[in-house]
Amino acid sequence: MSFAANPRQFVVRFIFISVAAVILLRLLFLQVFEDKYKVMSNDITIYRKVVYPPRGVIYDRKGKPMLYNDVVYDLAVTPNNIPKNLDTAQLCAVLGIDKATYEKLLYRVIMKNGYMRQSPLMEQLSEAQTARFKENAYMFPGFEPVERNIRTYPNASAGIVLGYIGEVSPAMLKKDRYASYNQGDYVGMNGLESSYEEVLRGQRGVHFLERDNFNRPRDPYQGGALDTPEVAGRSLQLYVDADLQAYAEKLMANKIGSVVAIDPKTGGILAMVSSPSYDPNLLRGSERARNFARLYRDATHPLFNRAMQASYQPGSTIKPMTGLVALDAGAISPSYGYPCYGSYNACNRAIACEHHDAGHAANFRLALAHSCNSYFCNIFRMTADLKKFGGVKKGVQKWHDYFYSFGYGHPTGVDLPYEGRGLLPDSNFYNDRYRGVWNSCTVVFVGMGQGELALTPLQMANGMCIIANKGYYYTPHFVRAIDSNANDPVLKPYKQRHQVTNIADTTFNVIARAMQDVVESGTARGALLEGVDICAKTGTVENKAIVNGQVMKMKNHSMFVAFAPRENPKIAIAVAVENAGFGATWAAPIASLLIEKYLRDTIAASRKPMEDHLLEAHLIDRNVYLIDSAQRLRDRMRQEMKEQRKKYSDSLQRATDSTLVQAWIQRNVVPQKNRTK
Amino acid sequence: MSLERKSLFSRLDGVTLMLYFALVVIGILTVFSVEHHSGEPIIMFGKEYMKQLLWLGISMFFGLIIIMTESKFFSSVANLSYTFGLFLLAITIFIGTDVKGSHSWLGVGGFRFQPGEVCKIFTSLAISRFLSSPETNFKTLKHRLIGAAIALLPALLIILQKETGLALVYFCFFLVMYREGLPNAILVIGFSAIALFLATLLINRWVLFAILGVLAVLAVLLTRRTLRRSMSARIALIVGFAVCVLFSQVVVPFSFKHVLQKHQIDRIYSMIGQDVPDAYRKNATAGEEKEKKGNVSDYNVKQSKIAIGSGGFWGKGFLNGTSTKNEFVPEQHTDFIFCAIGEQFGFLGSMTLIGIYLALMLRLLYLAERQRSAFSRIYGYCVASILFFHFAINISMTIGLAPVIGITLPFLSYGGSSLLSFSMLIFIMIRLDSDRQVLIR
Repeated sequence: MSFAANPRQFVVRFIFISVAAVILLRLLFLQVFEDKYKVMSNDITIYRKVVYPPRGVIYDRKGKPMLYNDVVYDLAVTPNNIPKNLDTAQLCAVLGIDKATYEKLLYRVIMKNGYMRQSPLMEQLSEAQTARFKENAYMFPGFEPVERNIRTYPNASAGIVLGYIGEVSPAMLKKDRYASYNQGDYVGMNGLESSYEEVLRGQRGVHFLERDNFNRPRDPYQGGALDTPEVAGRSLQLYVDADLQAYAEKLMANKIGSVVAIDPKTGGILAMVSSPSYDPNLLRGSERARNFARLYRDATHPLFNRAMQASYQPGSTIKPMTGLVALDAGAISPSYGYPCYGSYNACNRAIACEHHDAGHAANFRLALAHSCNSYFCNIFRMTADLKKFGGVKKGVQKWHDYFYSFGYGHPTGVDLPYEGRGLLPDSNFYNDRYRGVWNSCTVVFVGMGQGELALTPLQMANGMCIIANKGYYYTPHFVRAIDSNANDPVLKPYKQRHQVTNIADTTFNVIARAMQDVVESGTARGALLEGVDICAKTGTVENKAIVNGQVMKMKNHSMFVAFAPRENPKIAIAVAVENAGFGATWAAPIASLLIEKYLRDTIAASRKPMEDHLLEAHLIDRNVYLIDSAQRLRDRMRQEMKEQRKKYSDSLQRATDSTLVQAWIQRNVVPQKNRTK
Repeated sequence: MSLERKSLFSRLDGVTLMLYFALVVIGILTVFSVEHHSGEPIIMFGKEYMKQLLWLGISMFFGLIIIMTESKFFSSVANLSYTFGLFLLAITIFIGTDVKGSHSWLGVGGFRFQPGEVCKIFTSLAISRFLSSPETNFKTLKHRLIGAAIALLPALLIILQKETGLALVYFCFFLVMYREGLPNAILVIGFSAIALFLATLLINRWVLFAILGVLAVLAVLLTRRTLRRSMSARIALIVGFAVCVLFSQVVVPFSFKHVLQKHQIDRIYSMIGQDVPDAYRKNATAGEEKEKKGNVSDYNVKQSKIAIGSGGFWGKGFLNGTSTKNEFVPEQHTDFIFCAIGEQFGFLGSMTLIGIYLALMLRLLYLAERQRSAFSRIYGYCVASILFFHFAINISMTIGLAPVIGITLPFLSYGGSSLLSFSMLIFIMIRLDSDRQVLIR
């Protein structure tokens, strides 16, 4: 049949084909040319599930765990699966909550995640709750205990070292380091948890799941081909001796201060205490929110790591260093003596010395053993004024360089975040302060560790390592090995030996000998430990504080630095006890006991009374609370003033703006109007 | 002739059968792919693809019966069956069960079917019988009106069952009547009517009135010679103008306010991307109004477009349809089954499927044209037209070219009455074709 004979059948065919063509054309655009539907499809159907591997465990030097993961249970609920006839009273009884609380919790869950998704109703059930629920679980369909790991500190010590984890904050997310994190992820907030975050966290696994229209995850997307498997966090092996750490915390209880003990041979930190210490378990999981504020507001600031963030004037504990510089620079010889009769008067004022008897500073050894202020003020001046340096300004700069190389005045680089730097003045500092007019008398106090010099206890202990090692140190650090591999690239910076300017071994021998005398015949006889050559130096640091609006001289800080034994030293230690009294009274015996504990593992019976005396001592100054409340008041006032100032400057800005706008209108709009008129 | 001597089965048209089976198999696999989740056994009783397989068996059984039946039977039973169909439709209005807002299902025991689907067969037979009868002169207005009435009577009953989508299918018989001699003007008027309808929805009533006026004036200016000469042309113009105005100013507002269901109004407006005007909103309280802002059919079409669009050129692969497998597209195993094809097999698969449909429809037209008897030819056109209407509207609605009216994709959509009625339509045609040398009255 031809077209002419019956065109209509072809018209019908034409309609069929053209409609099909239109549909195909539309499909071509929809499926091939437009990409937005693919994106939308992935958005709605692919659920990216992040699987968090267990965080790494932290072990002490003997392999004892200090921080590991414990299993706790959350009670999860799928609201849609709760049967209508659920015995709510029974469930409440099992969970130990009242019905109103239950309904509030359930309402919150439904509001947040809807009826179809499983979400946590109660977090971190207690053991009793878990046990009771598991026994009766068959009665409560729709509810399910869900396992979760929680960081646990079995020794309840070293909180300041180990740190804690918490949900990553919006401020942190802006930093490069945390760029890969999502809101709600847990991250190390402080301590080793923070500095070794990348090691401990392992690698997060990402699983792509398909989800349905109720947002419930279903099958793996593309059979899991795009998934990244999770890799468990690596463990850390520390230098820290958990027993020593606990013992140090015990000794420091009821005192404000810190202890840092370092193995000089490696730079490994054996113990770091900032007292008052806190139970780190308070800051885990859901307890953190409750306890953090309380700890943060505490007047004694337990969250503040005094061992590396607080800086103190070192007092007499700096004298070995002053001597070291003087001897090395050639300002004095070990036999140099100074006639001190109770005060240093060369600078037109009297700087008091504890000793009056003639000859207590007849040579370097005696002067250090008796901690003669006059002697060390004098040799500091002699160093600064040395002819070969060419003037006091260059001399002080030279002294600064020595001290800088000892690790003072800058963070040592310990593997904890937020390390303090202390204070180490140089010539420019004094030029600024005294407008260029100053001499060695002006700055004489730094020779005896007062004045503008300030060190963190960590820097003090590190200084001891230098003397113990006769001229070098390793950056103090906690981590000995990662997953038992001591040569992990992460630890590379701590393998580098820092050579302190080429000071002769003989000079170090003189200093060490003199420091041994400090214990054996000098100021720190209380620290004497039978059979161990302890080299040490006490320090008693004058300090002032503003109490009730008045500058008040507070009780002296008690300081002590030491290393032992003299030959082949195994431990270097710095102890600071704030507002406690003489260095020899408190800090020295604490250090001595810690040395004994570390070297011998037990405390000799003969030293038990000393130990008891220390344990019983309560040395927190009443004024601490006053200062704290005053500080709080000041902070609040400063905050309010800042806000007021901002408000004021805002209104000023607005006023300026409106004036400018009016002027602009005057210039540009009004004349035109006039012109049209 | 040689055909006479061949056995019945060898006289069946292989191409049509092949295309038919291809579509049915694709349909079952697609329903399977939508329902199946990894880890489940392949044979699971109670799943819809298993039920569909059962329906395929039933359809085969009916197909076999049809093949065994004398081809004369169909023409002789045409009017009776049509009456029976109307009867079924009429009682459905009274004793039908409600399924998803429509009242078009008959429940017999635990078993449910839509008389509207089956009635397509009866109506096709009746129209074929009427148009092919020697007494009928399709050039006369009377017989044209009777033909239209045969097609539209079931549609009317179905509208009363609140299943407008299915009712619209009955308009496809005009395509058949066009083939049998309905004037060309009908097509032109039909398309104009659609254009007018869309304009009514899109353009403000008074503006449209002005546009129609301008068009009328233009028509007068252009054809003024003809108008001067012929009275009928003048009448035609005036009547045409009046009808247009009446339609846009009275019929559409009236039907939107009083005839169409709320969901249909929503769908029509969602297709043209407009909010339903306040005048046509139905018994919705103020609070409900705000909630319903993004209306349901909007969601369907959006999800459906996402599913199809995300398939890309090659598709995501069998059983990898993330949207369809996870139930994002509502009605995805019935009305929106094409989404599963589009998502899993991409443009290539969609093109193939459309190709198969087109091949089947053109084959049916070819079969129709080679019939000796008018009854068979007209019946062939009926089958092809019904298929075409379902195919075009269904796929268009999944890709946003047509409003979402609930009609199935032939052979693919899950649903017993749909599969059965389409199978029967096809088998009857195959049976008629096998006797194409015989004149059937």
